[in-house]
Amino acid sequence: MLNQISLLLNDYTFQIVALGTGFLGLLSGVVGTYATLRKESLLGDALSHAALPGIGIGFILIQRKELSVLLLGALVSGLIATVIIQTMSKKTVVKLDSALSLILSSFFGLGLVILTSIQNNPNAQQAGLSNFIFGQASAMLLSDVQLIGVVGLGLLALVALFWKEFKVFTFDPMFAQTLGFSGKIIESLMSTMIVVTIILGLESVGVILISALLIGPAVAARQWTNRLSVVVLLAAIIGFVSGVTGTFISSLGERIPTGPAIVVVVSSFVFISLFFSPKRGIIAGHYANKKRQKVFMNQIQSLEE
Amino acid sequence: MENNKAIVIDHLTVAYDAKPVLWNISCGFNKAQLTAIIGPNGAGKSTLIKSMLNFIQPITGSIAFSTMEDEQVPYKKMKNKIAYVPQNTTVDWDFPATVLDVVLMGRYGHLGWLKRPGKKDKNVAKQMLLKVGLPTFASRQISQLSGGQRQRVFLARALAQEADIYIMDEPLSGVDMKTEHIIMKLLKKLVEEGKTVIVVHHDLQTVEEYFDHVVFINQEVIAQGSIQGAFTKDNIDKTYHQDRNLGEGEG
Repeated sequence: MLNQISLLLNDYTFQIVALGTGFLGLLSGVVGTYATLRKESLLGDALSHAALPGIGIGFILIQRKELSVLLLGALVSGLIATVIIQTMSKKTVVKLDSALSLILSSFFGLGLVILTSIQNNPNAQQAGLSNFIFGQASAMLLSDVQLIGVVGLGLLALVALFWKEFKVFTFDPMFAQTLGFSGKIIESLMSTMIVVTIILGLESVGVILISALLIGPAVAARQWTNRLSVVVLLAAIIGFVSGVTGTFISSLGERIPTGPAIVVVVSSFVFISLFFSPKRGIIAGHYANKKRQKVFMNQIQSLEE
Repeated sequence: MENNKAIVIDHLTVAYDAKPVLWNISCGFNKAQLTAIIGPNGAGKSTLIKSMLNFIQPITGSIAFSTMEDEQVPYKKMKNKIAYVPQNTTVDWDFPATVLDVVLMGRYGHLGWLKRPGKKDKNVAKQMLLKVGLPTFASRQISQLSGGQRQRVFLARALAQEADIYIMDEPLSGVDMKTEHIIMKLLKKLVEEGKTVIVVHHDLQTVEEYFDHVVFINQEVIAQGSIQGAFTKDNIDKTYHQDRNLGEGEG
């Protein structure tokens, strides 16, 4: 067993893939922190599910598994879904949560239909297309990792550059606009960052679970600190560790999809943080309550005496 | 435009979808005075404020601002001279930030895009915290604040903008008497410094004590003027007891 592990850790392919998913987790942690604080975590979920038909259509058009074309297709169908969701919630009586779940499931359904019909066709090229559903990091090439690296650095630079604008807009968007910061510019920057992160993660984590990688690190990180900068940093670290560990678990056994493995790791971070964090944790809260009760009891007793 | 008005609203009509919320509003807000906007729920008070802050495009009408130097300018040129205090229930107070972080946001408008707040901005922010009576709260987590303290933090944030005009949406709602006195004392001081303060207010009992000027609205301007002249039982009745069917359901 130990031998197997050390063999895996020294494996060049594993190193490349783990680096890719690790960096993806880091990116999701940072970008997801803003989405979570703005209470827009569901949007990421809808967007990623909506990417599936785009992948299928991209494949049908060129009949090859050319990653850039598939991701472009994913991007287009994700954007179409966003426009529909926004129009529905703003221009019709349908509420945002209904619009989100409706679009999420209908686009995902359409994607499954398209993928299944492709698989029924005698085209050997289609093998592995269904990896986009749950993600298969081992399919990653060095060039894919490089893409994640370059685009990811760009996104991180945006966060650093617009730190103050993102902060005030996330806390109080109306107020930010009265200061002269265009809500349209900041909002499109933020949504673009989410869309790009999702697209980058489709291959390794898959459409169903990528949103967990956006939300999980942010939720876990928020439990440990009250400073935005530390939340972002911690979410980045948790995302990175989850990406690497998940890939490691997925590589240990045969045919363990990477997406679920990563999400299990992220979820354990969330679980531990929710229960055991020193100030905001459930257990700490319980004891703080007990302590307060005791203090009150003592006060009342001393009054009665 | 009269020189003593900081804001002049001229024949403003605002509608959500087909429902008019504000109908042909014309009113002015005096420079260096404390003006209350008064009206029942659904009268369009918040809509009026949002129109002044350029969040809502009116169907017709115009809003003109005048600087302390008596120049007439549109909203865009005034941005850094207007401070807005939203109702403190509009944000999530569990956001990871300290009191100082939030007050510092008042400086962001002067900094513009990309520039970070410096030592000078931090000093201004701390000074404003002192003014609202929370000097020891700078590093306090905002989730630990009481309702009155939240309101004072928002006020400090507005003060940090060092604006000419302050527009406030119900700053006294849900705060205790002590906070109410602190806030009103500050607003009076702003007015003494020549600033214009406009407050959406809901407590009719304190209007006479707190304000110089009053604008009654219920979709239309019912009455406006100095407290002595306009704050009459007749005008209050007209504003609150009139059956109006221009629109409903907006607060």
